Amino acid sequence: MTEKSGADILVEALCDLGVEVVFGYPGGAVLPIYDALFRQSKERGGRIRHILVRHEQAATHAAEGYARSTGKPGVVLVTSGPGATNAVTGITDALLDSIPMVVITGQVPTGLIGTDAFQEADTVGITRHCTKHNYLVKDPAKLGAVIHEAFHIATSGRPGPVVIDIPKDVQVATAKYAKPGPIQHKTYRPQVKADRAAVEAVVDMLAAAERPVLYTGGGIINSGPAASQLLRELVRLTGAPVTSTLMGLGAYPATGPHWLGMLGMHGTYEANMAMNQADLVVAIGSRFDDRVTGRLDAFSPNSRKVHIDIDRSSVNKNVRVDLAVIADAGHALEDMVHIWKARQHPRPDLTEWNHRIDGWRAVRCLDFPEGNGTEIMPQRAVRALYEATKARQPIITTEVGQHQMWAAQHFGFEAPNKWLTSGGLGTMGYGLPAAIGAQLGNPNALVIDIAGEASIQMNIQELATASQYRLPVKIFILNNEYMGMVRQWQELTYSSRYAESYSESLPDFVKLAEAYGWKGIRIETLDQLDGGIADMLAHDGPVLVDCMVSKLTNCFPMIPSGAAHTDMILQANEVSGEMDDEAKALV
Amino acid sequence: MHIKTETAERHTLAVIVDNEPGILARIAGLFTARGYNIESLTVSEITHDKAVSRITIVTSASPPVMEQIMAQLDRLVPVHRVTDLTVAGEHVERELALVKVAGVGDKRIEAMRLAEVYRGRVVDATTSSFVFEVTGGRDKIDKFVELMGEVGLVEVARTGIVAISRGRDAA
Repeated sequence: MTEKSGADILVEALCDLGVEVVFGYPGGAVLPIYDALFRQSKERGGRIRHILVRHEQAATHAAEGYARSTGKPGVVLVTSGPGATNAVTGITDALLDSIPMVVITGQVPTGLIGTDAFQEADTVGITRHCTKHNYLVKDPAKLGAVIHEAFHIATSGRPGPVVIDIPKDVQVATAKYAKPGPIQHKTYRPQVKADRAAVEAVVDMLAAAERPVLYTGGGIINSGPAASQLLRELVRLTGAPVTSTLMGLGAYPATGPHWLGMLGMHGTYEANMAMNQADLVVAIGSRFDDRVTGRLDAFSPNSRKVHIDIDRSSVNKNVRVDLAVIADAGHALEDMVHIWKARQHPRPDLTEWNHRIDGWRAVRCLDFPEGNGTEIMPQRAVRALYEATKARQPIITTEVGQHQMWAAQHFGFEAPNKWLTSGGLGTMGYGLPAAIGAQLGNPNALVIDIAGEASIQMNIQELATASQYRLPVKIFILNNEYMGMVRQWQELTYSSRYAESYSESLPDFVKLAEAYGWKGIRIETLDQLDGGIADMLAHDGPVLVDCMVSKLTNCFPMIPSGAAHTDMILQANEVSGEMDDEAKALV
Repeated sequence: MHIKTETAERHTLAVIVDNEPGILARIAGLFTARGYNIESLTVSEITHDKAVSRITIVTSASPPVMEQIMAQLDRLVPVHRVTDLTVAGEHVERELALVKVAGVGDKRIEAMRLAEVYRGRVVDATTSSFVFEVTGGRDKIDKFVELMGEVGLVEVARTGIVAISRGRDAA
């Protein structure tokens, strides 16, 4: 077997792993890899397509968008030093939201490590706690095996980001490479099949429950589309109502009869009240995040709790549960459906429970006051966008803030992998690069970034990436000239002292779009809304829509930080002015 | 407003890991990143091929946090297994200390006598100093060091706790 350079080994291994798209940005410490990519690029008959982003953070979010919308791992290639540190935000985002991602970083030559060389940063040190695992490869003979292992770790168990740091001399030095067989890792063996007795116990509990709720999360999306189908089957069999975290939207359809809506801080009244009054909560691929639970000692106080999760460290972290099932969500759901059917359980009579839920639904918590006839309520804009696009099953990405919550509340998701948002880390600037990644993975899909005027500016440079690769991505900005969620909290907590939350000196987004070769559309009044959306959809290239919305509208319902599910604020007139120090200290 | 703290219990953990670069930083960093305590941490290779290390960690935490510590350690990729020796059953804990004492006359004689009581060994001697080696549980060494304070203690080096379960089975 002839020896190859480390860079060629890397590229060949990526090909062997089925990688089709790499998001990256070149630099001194990855030049050998870029040359190897050049020699086998798709344009020259190879299989890997490199997408040149305009900032390394965007490479990571694009990889996340690609991964979340296709189920395949996202791959990132950046240089040493600033290339790696710029990627850290997206790597951390992928860790918090369990996104499979492999990030290859260049490093200074091994002999220079530790000397404060040009563009040197301790990448493995910096990323040790924001990755699922990371490697510094000093021996080209081990490079191939490390790459295959990294993909195995990133994609199996609870998915997450893995960093491979490759010094420049290792990219140039030669070694033998052969595609390894299936990986049997010495220590890393995630449990994917559930303990049979535990699943039987869950089925017993579901069959006996009078007031059950299924509390689903991103783990179902990560398990693959089959898991969402199995969830629907389980709901059909048991009649149990379903709520979901932000990350789990789409696993159960928003038009489904048992759908309660999202739960938690900006969840629906019916979802939070059902959680509060339930006698059984079955958490599937969700993690009892503080945004979901509210005040812990008042969280679902009278229920027995089951937690199905692939990560044992998620169990009993925030909320103590009565039964833990360590398994992949899809496998556990399959077992539950199978056991339920085998036992020929009748569908439980939940008439009384459904009646109570209907009572909470009747509150119509997502209703909002219409504006003065000309101004556009942001909720109305999201609903108009939903009505105009739902037949095409669009992929929706978001930035972070009020617009993100309005999108989660008012846009209905019928299928998994259609909703891409930064849930755990809450990263402003996620949406545009994520949309670019999603569009690359789904060339024929309608991909829309629902954005805010503040967030969109955090990775606005990626307009150029979409132009370069002719990606027909749409951006729909809900422009209220405020960092709205910050302003909302200042209203709630600090007597409306709006410290630095006004979006001063905004660009003309239409001109900005045009400067990058996009189509720009401005919507200013309600009568322009449907027409503007139609114009956006009619254009086959990238479009940025600057939709001016009501400036001071807040996002409700809302459970204030540290409050119980039963203490929801439903409307703006219930908002108080100042909170005590305990509340101010909460996130 | 005041910051709340929880009551904690002391636990001794045995963590068997693949001996790869950065593993110690990974473990120690996990403790700092998630706000867990480390009272002592010792590490050494335990196989001929130097492929596997055993890390002994003494920590203090409330029971729910202890469960988290175990789960968080267990999910690190290079970790083979984690055992809470305090919970698993009876175990033996030992620490080794090197204690340097300087002095002449009565103090020197008293230091020597106390070291004998504590089964300390003299591993270095000059006409005006000793280095004693003592092993034992943490309390014994604490007490010995305290006593040496009265007879010319210069400095102390301690290994931290190593521990192993009693009986024939591996932890």
